[in-house]
Amino acid sequence: MTVRVQTADFDLGAEVAALRAGDARVGAVAAFVGTVRDVNAMAEVVTMTLEHYPGMTEKALADIEAEARARWALFGVLVIHRVGELRPQDQIVLVAVTAAHRGEAFAACEFIIDYLKTRAPFWKKEATPDGARWVDARTSDDEAAQRWGPR
Amino acid sequence: MNADPIAIRLVYLARLREAFGIASERVELSPGVASVGELRALLARRGGAWAAELAPGRAVRIAVNHELADDGAALRAGDEVALFPPVTGG
Repeated sequence: MTVRVQTADFDLGAEVAALRAGDARVGAVAAFVGTVRDVNAMAEVVTMTLEHYPGMTEKALADIEAEARARWALFGVLVIHRVGELRPQDQIVLVAVTAAHRGEAFAACEFIIDYLKTRAPFWKKEATPDGARWVDARTSDDEAAQRWGPR
Repeated sequence: MNADPIAIRLVYLARLREAFGIASERVELSPGVASVGELRALLARRGGAWAAELAPGRAVRIAVNHELADDGAALRAGDEVALFPPVTGG
């Protein structure tokens, strides 16, 4: 597992190439990229600042990977999450998974981002023309994580 | 009963850090404060933003040594206890 928390942007093509390099078992790569929208809850978003809890972040993501590996046969798993100040259209997060077949790859990729959104200690603060506000957690994210059920 | 006070490190993140105006502190727990739930109640008794943010019913997540904990979790000397709002990453 590779987990990176960084301010810098990432290159999807380069990251996927590195994840599957030299591994001829791989028959499927699934990747998810989350990006900053310019509108949230009917307000214009000028910038978005992301913070995290160093130490716990890495542990939470490693635990999520372990749960994914217990459910599906996976080869490579990569999570990159950016922190700091971002702008609309910027990339925020990358989840990439390699497996033998698409079923495992699609499912594990979606599972990891669903769990990340409810368990990994990141927080978003939006700057809008009316001032800054912390983003509220969504119940739809809780529901997305819960639909995977108990282990 | 252990007579020595339990000293822990408290960490506040995101909205709670801004509301409390402090990122971390070291506290010695009062007698009778030995669990996560008791710690939350103790901090709420500071009043002001503490009482408002930590009032019963407010969504607050608490992690002990980087692991999410429920109100019944026990506290031990040297623990790092973090308080934060529900997460919003991804």
